[in-house]
Amino acid sequence: MAYLVSHPDEVKVISSRFGKGAADIDRYLELDGYKAVQMALQMGSEAVINEVKASNLRGRGGAGFPTGMKWSFVPKESAKPKYVLCNGDESEPGTCKDRLIFEHDPHAVIEGAMIAAIAVNAHKAYIYIRGEYRYLLEIMQKSIADVYARGFAGKNIFGSGYDLDVYWHGGAGAYEVGEESALMESLEGKRGVPRIRPPFPAVVGLWGGPTVINNAETLASVPHIIMMGGQKYADIGTPKNGGTRLFCLSGHLEKPGVYELPMGYNLKKMIYEVGGGISNGRKLKAVVPGGSSTPVLTADEIDIAMDFDSVAKAGSMLGSGGVVVIDDATCIVKFALRTMQFYRHESCGWCIPCREGTDWLNKTLTRFHAGGGLAKDIDNIRYLAENMLGRTFCPLGDAAAMPTIGFVKKFREEFEAHLEGKPCPFEKHGAISQLPVMSH
Amino acid sequence: MADAPKLVNITVNGKKTTAPAGTLLIEACKQIGIEVPSFCYYPGLSLQGACRMCLVEIEKMPKLQTACTTPVAEGMVVNTESEKVVQSRKAMLEIVLANHPLDCPVCDAGGECELQDMTYTYGAAESKFIDIKSHRDEQQWSPVVFFDRPRCILCYRCVRVCGEGMDVWALGVQNRGQGSVIAPNKQDHLECEECGMCIDICPVGALTSGSYRYKTRPWEMNHVGTVCTHCGDGCLTTVGVRRSDTGMEIVRCDNRDKSGINGDFLCVKGRYAFDFAANQERITQPLIKRDGKFVPATWTQAIELVADKFKQVVQKDGPQAIGVIGSNRTTNEENYLLQKFARLVLGTNNIDHHRTADFPAFAKAISENKARTASMRDVFEAPAVLLIGNDPTEQHPLLAWQIRNNVRLHRSKFYIVNSQAIKLRRQATQFVQIPTGAEARFVDFLSGNDAAAGTLTQAGASNENLSQLRDALKGEQNLVVIFGSELRGADISALVKFAAPQNAKFICLGDYANSRGAADMGLFPDLLPGYATFAGAARYQQEWGADVPALVGMDLKQMFGAARDGKLKALYVVGSNPVSRYALDPFVLQAPFVVVQDMFMTETAIAADVILPAAFAYEKSGTFTSTCGDLQMLRKAGDVVSVKSDFEIVVRIAEKMGYDVRKLVPFGKGLRADMGQSRGAQSGEADRHSVWLQARGLEPKVSPFDPLATLDEIQRLIPGYDVSQINLVSGNDEHTQLVQIQNASIPSHPELVVPSNDTLFTSGTLGRYSTVLNSVMERRATGKEVAAD
Repeated sequence: MAYLVSHPDEVKVISSRFGKGAADIDRYLELDGYKAVQMALQMGSEAVINEVKASNLRGRGGAGFPTGMKWSFVPKESAKPKYVLCNGDESEPGTCKDRLIFEHDPHAVIEGAMIAAIAVNAHKAYIYIRGEYRYLLEIMQKSIADVYARGFAGKNIFGSGYDLDVYWHGGAGAYEVGEESALMESLEGKRGVPRIRPPFPAVVGLWGGPTVINNAETLASVPHIIMMGGQKYADIGTPKNGGTRLFCLSGHLEKPGVYELPMGYNLKKMIYEVGGGISNGRKLKAVVPGGSSTPVLTADEIDIAMDFDSVAKAGSMLGSGGVVVIDDATCIVKFALRTMQFYRHESCGWCIPCREGTDWLNKTLTRFHAGGGLAKDIDNIRYLAENMLGRTFCPLGDAAAMPTIGFVKKFREEFEAHLEGKPCPFEKHGAISQLPVMSH
Repeated sequence: MADAPKLVNITVNGKKTTAPAGTLLIEACKQIGIEVPSFCYYPGLSLQGACRMCLVEIEKMPKLQTACTTPVAEGMVVNTESEKVVQSRKAMLEIVLANHPLDCPVCDAGGECELQDMTYTYGAAESKFIDIKSHRDEQQWSPVVFFDRPRCILCYRCVRVCGEGMDVWALGVQNRGQGSVIAPNKQDHLECEECGMCIDICPVGALTSGSYRYKTRPWEMNHVGTVCTHCGDGCLTTVGVRRSDTGMEIVRCDNRDKSGINGDFLCVKGRYAFDFAANQERITQPLIKRDGKFVPATWTQAIELVADKFKQVVQKDGPQAIGVIGSNRTTNEENYLLQKFARLVLGTNNIDHHRTADFPAFAKAISENKARTASMRDVFEAPAVLLIGNDPTEQHPLLAWQIRNNVRLHRSKFYIVNSQAIKLRRQATQFVQIPTGAEARFVDFLSGNDAAAGTLTQAGASNENLSQLRDALKGEQNLVVIFGSELRGADISALVKFAAPQNAKFICLGDYANSRGAADMGLFPDLLPGYATFAGAARYQQEWGADVPALVGMDLKQMFGAARDGKLKALYVVGSNPVSRYALDPFVLQAPFVVVQDMFMTETAIAADVILPAAFAYEKSGTFTSTCGDLQMLRKAGDVVSVKSDFEIVVRIAEKMGYDVRKLVPFGKGLRADMGQSRGAQSGEADRHSVWLQARGLEPKVSPFDPLATLDEIQRLIPGYDVSQINLVSGNDEHTQLVQIQNASIPSHPELVVPSNDTLFTSGTLGRYSTVLNSVMERRATGKEVAAD
């Protein structure tokens, strides 16, 4: 069981049952579990959607799309079955919040998915969990079995006459499958590559049926919203950014961990108070505010509110809530390289700019960090990334390009310090004795 | 018919235009002459959006959009040439080229490569990348398919054409990201129909053809568009030829310009099996048998000998002592000329050919019911198709392609009645399996005989299936009915009678490139060209200025019988192998004087006294009629020194026999006109001026060896053949209708129909001399099988 942290500023909504054994269905019921779903059945589809709209809940996967609005896009009538899909393919480096939810409060995800299903009048819900989370799959498997054993899922749930099946599905280890359409391909048993959009999942999704797909944290928030009321939930956050979210503080911090803080919590405070400041007495160099795909913020740029709109205004993204703190002993070129190694490895290969772009960025950054960089490489790195941005088939290309552009733009002098065969200033032994053979 | 889709207004680069709602932007741009470049987009295949070359700017959309996946919408304002678009395109090419080996000088695709063309058009001449390109070794997937992995840009066209177009699904993608690679279905090799569509559709030189690779450069070839010489479907093919010591060597066949009824399509035979032309065993000089051995002779010697012998026999034993056997691989003009030769020069109706379908019965059924025949194009457009018998995947690959893609793209209905679980059942709306040989009984059932159902149910079909099918068929308007040689004689009449009231169109499947033409041209002892009986001989006699012999001649088997009985003194076999096809006794040919015109030493040729080496389809001009009745023009591409076209040989024999060749070939009747030739045409391009002259009938047919003079006569005489010659000359297909034949007394001889039952890889005629086809088969036979994952 993951080590839990806490801080007085935390507002425990999603994490309210963490550490309380709520993976056990009886314990979950004691902690007001499966009440919200019964309320939702009473309220009916429209009222549930309105409540979620009122909560200003925005997608916790990274894009921050208003959840209630997403649900309202699903057509009322459909010849094909409708589906609710929980995206638990949490793979963004720096992000580890869904993992805690699945571990400590799996029933909240199930219940949230059930409420979403009621809201859009779907009778099947799938909970898709990242393949590497093998041990979480076991927890989810048991939780769903328990739900069926109690008669909460299947035919005529809670005596309402409403049929609702809940299934779990494990991924096969592709970051790309966190992209919603790729996740649907994977769930259908195909290669995990994204689909052409439009049509969007709300109209043509899983097996061609209208589909709601939400992040696990988003769905886990839903039962709480139903219980406490949308307005009350919205009041916790900032305007248009309702409620709390799980921030995953990692990197060079004294007290890293997952903290549940209100939307709009100040980043500087988050780092220095909640996270306990920079470890080993070092200085802050940069922060990646929302998972590896979000552009880096410099130490001067962190006095901002952590909600979707404010971070966007600062030139980055709130993303998936993965706050990665970088101290002044870290080489930004190496950090950029490590990030690119990840995206090169995870590019699905479908479209040319992402497949080739991540590979060439990786090649160039590798050589560059090793001391084989040429002055024109710095512009070339940026050129390549800028030509991937907004032009790839799916957002993975953007995810690789955005941070890269940020690193070059904000830390150009660190790139320049690697030039002319000079070894990495942060890693003296990392220099290579022989430059790679150039093709021309 | 559904209503035509609504037109929407769009503006592209300031040009206002309309396009039907739902049209993809890339297609709408094409309509007004604006090219949006793309690698992965391919009309008729599923959308990919993978190459990102077609990104364009659409007003009100913040990001560039792919024109290949965006349907037009009312009021859409598009810019395909904005600074942002041009920049993105160039960058995309730089990115594609980053890892693409620049081995263009030795790449097969050099000169006809879409990546080269786009780089030339859109720039990206300089590379920003200096790191080492990733390399992977080349692979051989089959005797005819090679894959150069680093050249692949992963547009997935091959994967889609193989799966969606061919329903073979032999290609896929392995690994992820930069490691992604196209892979064959059997780990290190392909197990497929070897159609080579993947090679043709590859925009770069990643997939190359085993029979063509590293042989030549595209610009060193002359590219001649003609009709495939193999099955009866009539695919257009572009024959790539280059000069060699012995004439013009054929190096490649593909449908380079995607023209004709087959568009993208060619099968394994059409694409690779042209090398029989250069087979070592090909006969390239006249042979005369002396003392039981073939001895080379000159053409003059051989023609003189043949003419003298024929003349002697006619004078001494009478015209009934000579028989003529024609071919289903020679052109219409040659077939027409041959029957005219038999009837006028020799004075006999003893003429026949290897029949692979009962076309006389078909002609009769069509004319009786005032029904129409379907063209190959109709098969792709029809709302519903019924197939009885045959296995088009093996025997009529283009027909199978048309049906498959009609079902896939137009959601047409498709009904199959067959004794085997043929592959096309995968596309069928309803597949009904009946016992072997029960096709005629099924037609009987269709015609209303419910009792026939009892004998049809032993192979899996139930009474309900059968009734359901019959009811469904009765409800189908504008159905296309296709049947194989399983149906003959009166059964064809019954089938046509059943479906004709629903405005159905029909196709009767014959096996060879010009099987239908041989029948249409009257290679029958009892029928004149156009299925005319001797009662209707008057118009032929008028045209020919000579009498048609009144006596019904001997059919092929009767000729062999007469030879055995000593009554047949001479036999003239043109491009046919009756000994093998009809399993006849070759020893009966010892007594008569036998002349065989062929390419190879066939089972029949061995028994000959004189063998005259003949040119084949790619080495001559003329026309072929496909099994559907689509008329198309052949053009001479290849050339082998010292062989002659069958047309020329027949004319020469007639001339030597003292016959006035002007009565045989109506040459010299064309208009005198400007004979100036445009000499500016590049090699590889059609000489447009001469095409223009030909098309207008202005090029005088001054030579007795000009088949086009005979085509004029065919068009005058044969009902249904009066189609636009201008279209034929331009390389288009013209459908000939049988319905114009008015003759209710056409005799039919179902027992003479012997289907060849070739498969995709086997053919007893030309294919057996194709080294490439044999290598494909050997590999399959030896089963170098590696288990799939």
